[in-house]
Amino acid sequence: MLGRGLKSFSIASTLLVVAALGLTFFYAPLDADQGFIQKIFYLHVPLAIVALGGFVTGGIHGIKFLRSGDRRQDLRSYVAIHMSLIFGVGALLTGSIWARAAWGHWWLWDEPTLVSFLVVFLLYACYQPLRFSIEDPERQARYAAVFAVTAGAFVPLNFLAVRMAESLVHPRTLSSTDNLPGPMALTFLVAVIAMIVLFTTLVKYELAAKSTRMQLGRLKRRLSGEAPSAPLTTRRSAAPQNL
Amino acid sequence: MPALPLDEAGKYVAAAYIVFLALILIYVAIMAVRLARIQQDIRELAEIVEDREAGAPAREPHALPEEHARS
Amino acid sequence: MRAAVGALVRKDLRAELRNLEAVPAMTLFVVSTFVLFHFGLDRDTLSGSLASGVLWVTLLLAAVLGMNRLFVTEREQGGFDAFLVAPVDRTAMFVAKALVLFAFLVVLEVVAVAAFSVLLLGPGLGQALPGLVLVLLLADAGLAVIGTLVGALAVQTRARDLIVPLLALPLCVPLLIAAAEATAPLLAEGGGGAPEGRWLLVLALYDVVFGLLAYAVFDFLLED
Repeated sequence: MLGRGLKSFSIASTLLVVAALGLTFFYAPLDADQGFIQKIFYLHVPLAIVALGGFVTGGIHGIKFLRSGDRRQDLRSYVAIHMSLIFGVGALLTGSIWARAAWGHWWLWDEPTLVSFLVVFLLYACYQPLRFSIEDPERQARYAAVFAVTAGAFVPLNFLAVRMAESLVHPRTLSSTDNLPGPMALTFLVAVIAMIVLFTTLVKYELAAKSTRMQLGRLKRRLSGEAPSAPLTTRRSAAPQNL
Repeated sequence: MPALPLDEAGKYVAAAYIVFLALILIYVAIMAVRLARIQQDIRELAEIVEDREAGAPAREPHALPEEHARS
Repeated sequence: MRAAVGALVRKDLRAELRNLEAVPAMTLFVVSTFVLFHFGLDRDTLSGSLASGVLWVTLLLAAVLGMNRLFVTEREQGGFDAFLVAPVDRTAMFVAKALVLFAFLVVLEVVAVAAFSVLLLGPGLGQALPGLVLVLLLADAGLAVIGTLVGALAVQTRARDLIVPLLALPLCVPLLIAAAEATAPLLAEGGGGAPEGRWLLVLALYDVVFGLLAYAVFDFLLED
């Protein structure tokens, strides 16, 4: 069964998220320029970092799938990317709120995290339509893995290029993670770790749910005498249906 | 732009954290729907097993009409 | 492998010369787009980073047109199956298609740059030309790699024409950034400067990373 260690991870993420929130609001000092609004930083940047990491992880699982053919790696890749897209939506929304609060605009082109994030998001938004448009499950998994690998390699390159482009014209940014004073740095670190653990918990949760459904489906088919590898539904689907 | 006064700023910060919470809660809701479907699957499995056990002592060639109608 | 690549490239180039579909369409698209920009921006001449941006966005969109067409004949006339049966390293198709797309882009750009300097560009091109050629070649390599990968990925899906731009455009963003930034000083008012070294480095890095990646991964797209 996939999604081992779910219980421990969910306990850990509860503790860490609570700790991060506590540090954010009770410990971290108020920022000199932006005041209270800067607190969003401890939410937005970890969301973005974890989503990007999740995309790259999806690519790594894609590589593993291509090499081994183990469908569980395809499922892991799918879930990692899916979850990162959701975290990505969160990063974009919180980034936009922050931009509005701090600079008065709902979007900022001179914030490299936000901009390269938008590009990456636009790319990964195609992942599910791509999967959905390929009917043969073998081929779907393979092509999705190729996409995951390519897009995963793209993420760091894109980040680099956008960062280089923006730093020329617009030196000021919302979220400079360098030269953070001590207490802020600690809060930020805890927030990032909390987000990583939360992401992992949710991914395991999702994997457990999916693999449970698949096993139930197989059991049901075995008991009623149908072929065990028939797909779960007759509709086309973007998600892996069988392991 | 100078820093917003606390009551103004508070709204934006709250909005950002509410977005985060909403995403998590939406996921919880989706999981609840999935759990319900899993429970339904288990109920169907239990019925199949019952039919099997009821059919075995009778030793008849047992067509399982429920499964074929359902799938 | 080299023989296979040569054979494939020759086949495609000959087909293009005979039918004249992709390259004339791309060229026409580019020139029309320059006219659109003239009206859209309401400007007679452009220079500097604005000129650079207009040129590169147009070239990128035209390249996407080329990507769409790249594997269509293989798909429709069963070229994939024939290729898979042949005792040839499968990455030969990747190299061949990338070279073909590269060739199309180079031909396109000869016309496009000439049209651009006549229609929209303010400052003269003379000094800037060698630098511009370098940037174009580096960028074309990247576009060819991405185009071949995305084209092969998309040709087997149902919504082929839609998927290619959706995948290719975000993937090409770093390329666009680097190429536009590199070209901007070349097209600056008062005679060109030289392209900044670091942008050329980014282009080269992009080409190498995606070239190797596509080379490694392309096989999996052709399996049946």
